[in-house]
Amino acid sequence: MSTYLDGNAAAGALREVFAVDITSASARCGGCGQTGVFAEVRLYVDAPGLVARCPGCDAVLMRVVKTDTDTYLDLQGLSYLKLPNG
Amino acid sequence: MGIVSPGFTGRRRSGPELPPGQYLTEDFPVLSAGPTPQIRPEHWEFTVTTETGEVHRWDWQAFTGLPQEQTVQDLHCVTRWSKLGTSWQGVSLDVLLEDVESAADYALVQCYGGYTTNLPVEDLLDGQAWIAHKFDGEDLAPEHGGPARLLVPHLYLWKSAKWVRGIVLSDTDEPGFWETVGYHEYGDPWREQRYAGD
Amino acid sequence: MAGTALRGRLTWRVATVSAVREETQTARTLVLDVPDWPGHLAGQHVDVRLTAPDGYRAMRSYSIASAWPSSPAGGAKVDLTVEQVPDGEVSPYLGQVIGVGDPLEIRGPVGGWFVWRPEQPGPIQLIGGGSGMVPLMAILRAAELAGRQPDVRLLYSVRRPESVLYAGELARSKSEIAFAYTREGPAGERIGRIDAEVLARSAWSPDVGATVYVCGPTPFVETVADLLVAAGHDPAQVRTERFGPSGGGR
Repeated sequence: MSTYLDGNAAAGALREVFAVDITSASARCGGCGQTGVFAEVRLYVDAPGLVARCPGCDAVLMRVVKTDTDTYLDLQGLSYLKLPNG
Repeated sequence: MGIVSPGFTGRRRSGPELPPGQYLTEDFPVLSAGPTPQIRPEHWEFTVTTETGEVHRWDWQAFTGLPQEQTVQDLHCVTRWSKLGTSWQGVSLDVLLEDVESAADYALVQCYGGYTTNLPVEDLLDGQAWIAHKFDGEDLAPEHGGPARLLVPHLYLWKSAKWVRGIVLSDTDEPGFWETVGYHEYGDPWREQRYAGD
Repeated sequence: MAGTALRGRLTWRVATVSAVREETQTARTLVLDVPDWPGHLAGQHVDVRLTAPDGYRAMRSYSIASAWPSSPAGGAKVDLTVEQVPDGEVSPYLGQVIGVGDPLEIRGPVGGWFVWRPEQPGPIQLIGGGSGMVPLMAILRAAELAGRQPDVRLLYSVRRPESVLYAGELARSKSEIAFAYTREGPAGERIGRIDAEVLARSAWSPDVGATVYVCGPTPFVETVADLLVAAGHDPAQVRTERFGPSGGGR
């Protein structure tokens, strides 16, 4: 059985890149259009990188890979992230 | 930047039998980037598609009817664990590619569940790669890639794609799931080719 | 304070272990002094990083067990409760090796969703499985500091009485607390996992509109979240935090 965590678990990795907390932002899946709080995505952590998938259709929403020198962030699967101003 | 944690050693690391930066594990960790596909053998098929678009196809019966090989291999995962002396049964890629007319240099491996990985065709040949369907004498469990996975043990294990369903041969090298986000295009554990540029 | 805790790019800080509390035979709490700690919300976690002399590193996430400030007087400690995982790499170090006065690298606090804020209205339902109790304890403590004990109900699924984390403090709590013992329990107690009946008996009913926090291993969270929704809880009011055996993420 493959297990996943909540998007919450990506908070540390994402805060290395962003100045604000992405896990409490709204995210829209580019595949099926389901929209929800990023903290509720399915996060696969036992892998070479972090993979976030849509809880509705399992499409890949985000990938994060940290190499020795750089962080790769692939947000191709998201049609948007919505963050409050200020 | 950072400190040494007093008294922390971590797992046992490189001996001469391990590639650099690896530690030895006795269990068989399950890594996955998504849900485990549940593929019944009767619905399984494996295809090889050439650079001209020609498709070769095997269903489960045809595949398991091909000459079988037993092989014992060391596995090296880029997440730094290595497992030594694992026993597999499968069909050599030499057998599967024998009647395939192709001059392509590159292969893109495709899987149930959408995973992909790329490698040179020459790394699939000459007894270096198998489509494996038994581990330790048992049918390969779904979490380890069953019904069948690619086994290319001389490269990091992310190249040994689980739930394999086909190989596309091409004149151009197309990066796969991890290769597009920073992982090395080739992935030789003995040269520690973890990330692009290593 | 609550706002600033979520701002700014994250950096590693060197904390110092100022006290160690044994919680159960397999769990202990590290009380950390963290210089310039920005404060945290109940439910947030930190990443912990260990470095061996040869540079080898391991990282794990741990929930914070303490509220902030941790006492009405404004005490300023970060408590991490660590359950030892058999064959683990990080938890045996935190559970046995590290001691008072030792440094520990942490970054955080992180996570802005699985949190409770004192200004948040309405009842609070906490449902924990095993060491999933840790962030719920932070919420329980924060709610008590805010005088909100009557709003809180806790349902805690645990193997046996000896495995209960924070047992003394829970016994003194003025919130309503129920246990589901899964292996053995006090005489006369039902033994078994949380099911619809347990939920109906011990948790806030769906019509009071409680915010529900569920934390535990993935299968536990799946089961409980499904039971909650089936019982009529609004899915939008159910917040979950799953944790895995590794909980890594390098």
